Amino acid sequence: MTDTLAGPAKAHETTPPAAAVQEVRRDIGTFHQSDLLAILGAGAASLSATTLVFHHLAPFSGKVGFVIMAFLAFLAFYALLVSLEENGPAVRARLAAAIIHGLAFLVLLALAYMIGFTLVRGIQALRHLNFFTQDLRNAGPLEPLTVGGITHAVVGTLEMITIALAITIPLGLICAIFLSEIPGAFSRFVRTVVEAMTALPSIVAGLFIYATFILILGFELSGLAAALAISVMMLPIIIRAADVVLRLVPGSLREASQALGSGQWRTVWHVVLPTARSGLTTAVILGTARGIGETSPVLLTAGYTANMNVNPLKGPMVSLPLATFELVKSPQPTMIARGFGTAAVLLLLVLILFVVARIIGGRPPGSLSRRQEHRRVLASYRDLERFDRRSGVETASAPSLFVLDDRPQATPPRSGDHRSTLLRRRSR
Amino acid sequence: MTLQDAETVVLEPETPRPLKASIGPSDRIFRGLSRGGGIVVLAIMSLVGVFLATRALDALRQAGFSFVTTETWEPDGGHFGIAAVLTGTLLVGTVAIIVAVPLALGTALYISEYASPWLKRTLISIVDLMAAVPSVVYGLWGVFFLQAHAASVSRWISTYFGWIPPFHVDADPRDPLTSPSVYTSSTLIAGLVVALMVMPITCSVMREAFSQAPVGEREGAYALGATRWGMIRMVVLPFGRGGIIGGTMLGLGRALGETIAVFMILSLIFEIQPHILQSGGSTISALIALRHGEASEFGMSALMAAGLALFLVTLVVNFVASSMITRSRSGAASEV
Repeated sequence: MTDTLAGPAKAHETTPPAAAVQEVRRDIGTFHQSDLLAILGAGAASLSATTLVFHHLAPFSGKVGFVIMAFLAFLAFYALLVSLEENGPAVRARLAAAIIHGLAFLVLLALAYMIGFTLVRGIQALRHLNFFTQDLRNAGPLEPLTVGGITHAVVGTLEMITIALAITIPLGLICAIFLSEIPGAFSRFVRTVVEAMTALPSIVAGLFIYATFILILGFELSGLAAALAISVMMLPIIIRAADVVLRLVPGSLREASQALGSGQWRTVWHVVLPTARSGLTTAVILGTARGIGETSPVLLTAGYTANMNVNPLKGPMVSLPLATFELVKSPQPTMIARGFGTAAVLLLLVLILFVVARIIGGRPPGSLSRRQEHRRVLASYRDLERFDRRSGVETASAPSLFVLDDRPQATPPRSGDHRSTLLRRRSR
Repeated sequence: MTLQDAETVVLEPETPRPLKASIGPSDRIFRGLSRGGGIVVLAIMSLVGVFLATRALDALRQAGFSFVTTETWEPDGGHFGIAAVLTGTLLVGTVAIIVAVPLALGTALYISEYASPWLKRTLISIVDLMAAVPSVVYGLWGVFFLQAHAASVSRWISTYFGWIPPFHVDADPRDPLTSPSVYTSSTLIAGLVVALMVMPITCSVMREAFSQAPVGEREGAYALGATRWGMIRMVVLPFGRGGIIGGTMLGLGRALGETIAVFMILSLIFEIQPHILQSGGSTISALIALRHGEASEFGMSALMAAGLALFLVTLVVNFVASSMITRSRSGAASEV
């Protein structure tokens, strides 16, 4: 290899040096070995320096202080090391990158710590199976964790969120459709009011229901009141999220549908809503997660009980966040452990909802999953058959084509390209 | 024959084709129904606002202007006002925003400028997840974990920076016998927890604004020899300025209304307490959570007035935020 490279260079010794220069591929990567060495070196130096300061030189203590100082020292050493071989702007860029990475890492760390902390402290209570099968009526403050559980809170949460969803999903979706499909001065006004209401602090929503439903209309503290308070809080959130999703539906789809002769209602039902389905589902699920986790409206309207109560109309009913809040107020360690267990259950519930929302949503409006595409291909075939039958064309060849395409997923049409399926079949 | 035809054509006045489409019954029902939904939602939402205002009127009429200058909260004694709680709310909000904005800015820049596509999607999900974590979980973490660690930091700050008024503490920080409980349940700790709660919303608004910085300008900056940070400073940050301010305001609006985590951490006192490191503080939402059960009818009216004040503050902050965000969007990229 060296020979072949050296050969031509020798042969052209007399030619101008430009031709003799052997071409070296320029390294266009952004990360070099020296960068890694600088990071490692600065890390080691900052750790040693901070340890030295904390243990031998200055009267500092505390983990938080150690981390902060170590990070600052890291930045200083890193800047020094980079400045040995780079110019000013490059040093600044490296420092900025290090700081931004540090901040993002800090946020991740805080979230991981919070979730981990809750789950780890919750395990103590979650280990006992009775935590999921009993309510707290027999669990006095001094009872061990083998007595009592949180079924009443789980049932309460499920009932409240079901009632709240039964109110907010129809109303919220209808209102969102109104905002996006029937534009005008009135819908602009409604949109402004809804946006203003997303600023409504949840405790004020609870206060509103407490003052009207309970104090004026004379109902008692109950699951229904809590569900209403959650609904008032969730409604603007769901409307706003759904409105955003509906506005993302391309206008060309609506126009195409109307050009084919369908009315507004058919356009909304057959084009707009199916296109925005995943986004709407995500909006509802994320709204549900917010509603489940909300404590303050429930605190004002549901009352607190340690007993199972399945009737949302009568008597106090407790939800998971409210149970957490009330349990950790107790000075007894077992009660606090139960509180953490409840919080862990709540957190897991929210996590599950969130993952489900991500699986369903997370794709832009109009793009389809494989199964949906499959269904659309089949629908196209049916349409084509119908067209053929209507126009009286002989359809003898149709069955063989279905056989040909016994697994239509193998050649799915590009998403949104409705026509291609029909055309492909015609051309065959 | 042809001549006659031509004449008749000329003679007939040209009438434009009627363009009015007839709306079918199903569309009429659809429009009526959805308009009805809009009206119901509007009715509910305005009912909340109108009801709050009318119920609050009782207390406001009696208290008059002293409602904004009085610190204590004894509505049945006729002596109540939101001077202390409103100040406390703003203090918690300020601390939260001061902590949350750098975190959100850093995370948003990392997601939009540094992370690989896969990491980007994951991080966006994680930040959204942070927004979905219930506030009571944040509260638990604040009370049982952060409190213990932040107290030592508070002590350190008050030892060396106690001469700055907000960091002053009414106890000698150098005295080893000072109880650590002086530093717990403080505005600072509540603000730190609220900062983590409002960080996600601030971050996602900023990230959206950053990702809309036009590619042409980015490449132009690189072509002129900018480093990545130089490009961010010259292109991304100026284009995202509306998003940064808007996201900050939106976060502030959330921070002001936050209840349960603050209520769990703060020990409520009804006097203006400007020392953020010291135990004790107050917010309007915590006041409502604490006093709603024992309130008389007039006390309820007073709480409504406090709730109304909180709502108005968050409303103003939110409106400023959303106008900022829309302005930044309309300027940065043309929407399809």
